[in-house]
Amino acid sequence: MDLRPTRGVRLAAAAALLALTAPILLLYAWLPVAAFARRTVGLRPEGFTLQHWQRLADPVGGATLLESLARSLVLSCLYCLLLLAAVLPAAYALSRLPLPGRRGLLALLLVLHAFPALSLLVGVYQVLRWLGLYDSLLGVALVKTAAEVPLGVWALKGFFDRIPWELEAAALVDGGSRWLAFRKVCLPLARPGLFAVAAFAFVSGWNEFLLPYLFLPSASQWTLPVYVRSLIADFRFVDYGVVAAASIVYAAPPLALFALGQRYLLQVYSLGGRVQAQ
Amino acid sequence: MREQARARVAAAAPRPGALQRRWLGPLLCVPALALVTAFLVVPAALTVHISMTDMSLSTLGSVSWVGLDNYRRLLSRPELPRIALNTLLFVAVNLVAFNIVLPLVVAALTSAWEERLGRLLRPLWLLPRVTPSVVYALLWVWLTAPAPYGTLNQLLSPLGAGGGSWLLSHPWPVLIVADGLVGTSFATVLFAAAIRAVPQELLRAAAADGASYWQTFRYVILPLLRWPVLFVATYQGLSLLASFEFVLLLTNGGPGLWQTEVWSLYAYHQAFSYYAGGLQMGYGAAIASLLVAFGVVASLVALRLFRFAQLTAEPRLRAV
Repeated sequence: MDLRPTRGVRLAAAAALLALTAPILLLYAWLPVAAFARRTVGLRPEGFTLQHWQRLADPVGGATLLESLARSLVLSCLYCLLLLAAVLPAAYALSRLPLPGRRGLLALLLVLHAFPALSLLVGVYQVLRWLGLYDSLLGVALVKTAAEVPLGVWALKGFFDRIPWELEAAALVDGGSRWLAFRKVCLPLARPGLFAVAAFAFVSGWNEFLLPYLFLPSASQWTLPVYVRSLIADFRFVDYGVVAAASIVYAAPPLALFALGQRYLLQVYSLGGRVQAQ
Repeated sequence: MREQARARVAAAAPRPGALQRRWLGPLLCVPALALVTAFLVVPAALTVHISMTDMSLSTLGSVSWVGLDNYRRLLSRPELPRIALNTLLFVAVNLVAFNIVLPLVVAALTSAWEERLGRLLRPLWLLPRVTPSVVYALLWVWLTAPAPYGTLNQLLSPLGAGGGSWLLSHPWPVLIVADGLVGTSFATVLFAAAIRAVPQELLRAAAADGASYWQTFRYVILPLLRWPVLFVATYQGLSLLASFEFVLLLTNGGPGLWQTEVWSLYAYHQAFSYYAGGLQMGYGAAIASLLVAFGVVASLVALRLFRFAQLTAEPRLRAV
């Protein structure tokens, strides 16, 4: 009995897949072309130049690329740390410890994960004003963290759940404390999951446009997406070569992280591998 | 075996103080819950509260209670049917075509028939999801730019078609494809993983019965994908309903009056845009509150649909 599909089926599948991929290639091919070309006509470059990259040093609307980049880096790292600090203990407790109302808590987090948090912007704005965190990186990082806590807890709990309990129990039987078992057994085994959640958080914080755009209005607080956006929006300065160069700088870190850790990152999307066939 | 080992462990494990045993778990959940309360639960209540006030740029400092006035005003606006219809079109087409049908096709093609090619191409499909939204939107602006700059017009010029900006002449198709492709990769990955998890015996049995590839997919694989499809439909559906980032970046509701304005963008414009809405927080909050109410109901329904019992199996450790 042959389970392998016929040649015809395979060829048709390959053709369909390549046809679906072509538009994405066309879309992205423009970026490297435009960044190094004096002018582009469609995807055809006219003349090679590095001047777009030199012009990245010029300030735009009161901010420079480097300053915005530094601020984006601070925001992403801050957000990454906050998310891990909130999610790691909660995920461990939900996976391993006796907890009253555990099912209810998990249900609440699942609802919040599905809940469209973006519809709460007016309320979030008010809370930030009350806390004195409007127009501050910390405020944006906290809002972003809260929005991703449900996904983070579920994903990390998925990673903890896959560690055999017997391993942790062995440490306890040998007279170790709960903390020791966590540190010596659980944490090392959950490291891939931690990396995945951390990398996911960094990428998602780095890419976030709307929250900094809304809640960091002063130019002195611009992050990279707001900077790049203002390059496009500022009509006195609409030079798409420069925009392409800045976009490459901006998109490089998440694309590199993704290229390195694709497998881990994808597990976060599926809640630690839980969304599967029944 | 496993049960015995567990019982032994339960008996032998050192027992920490009763206080620590009872409070450690809840204590560890405090940071996560505090954040969620401060920046999700409280804002939800506040949004509804603000929707019943006249809070705006001109009333800051002297906000007064106006009851349901904002809602009455919203319902009497002539643009409302247009915006509701836009939202329905945007969410439904995007969800069905790009988050369910296309991912199912791609997942089936890559996991059942062309696995090697799928592994090779998957990183490319995931690009839209990983690329910062500002850059991704810029790429679409360029792709659809008027001749001679736009790539699409360059490709179509031998056919004698196009010429102008596609974003101006066909804003909806561009918006839906651009936003849709971001979701496609996400759903494809979930569906492909689910297809790979289909037991080989079922596929063998179908083949032995002489089923064609289409029949195998339709009657064996597809019914097993119910849970991932349901997950994507509810999760992506709700997030599409509230997401307006790409609409804001690509058309900002235009090019014609209200032409591509969706519900969440409308709320944003009224509440936060000086030019479009004059910073009417109260009115914007009313528009958003209807989304919030819908979101709460829909996510509760989703929760009932999810196979929640299995997702929340008891922890492995019962007694310490």
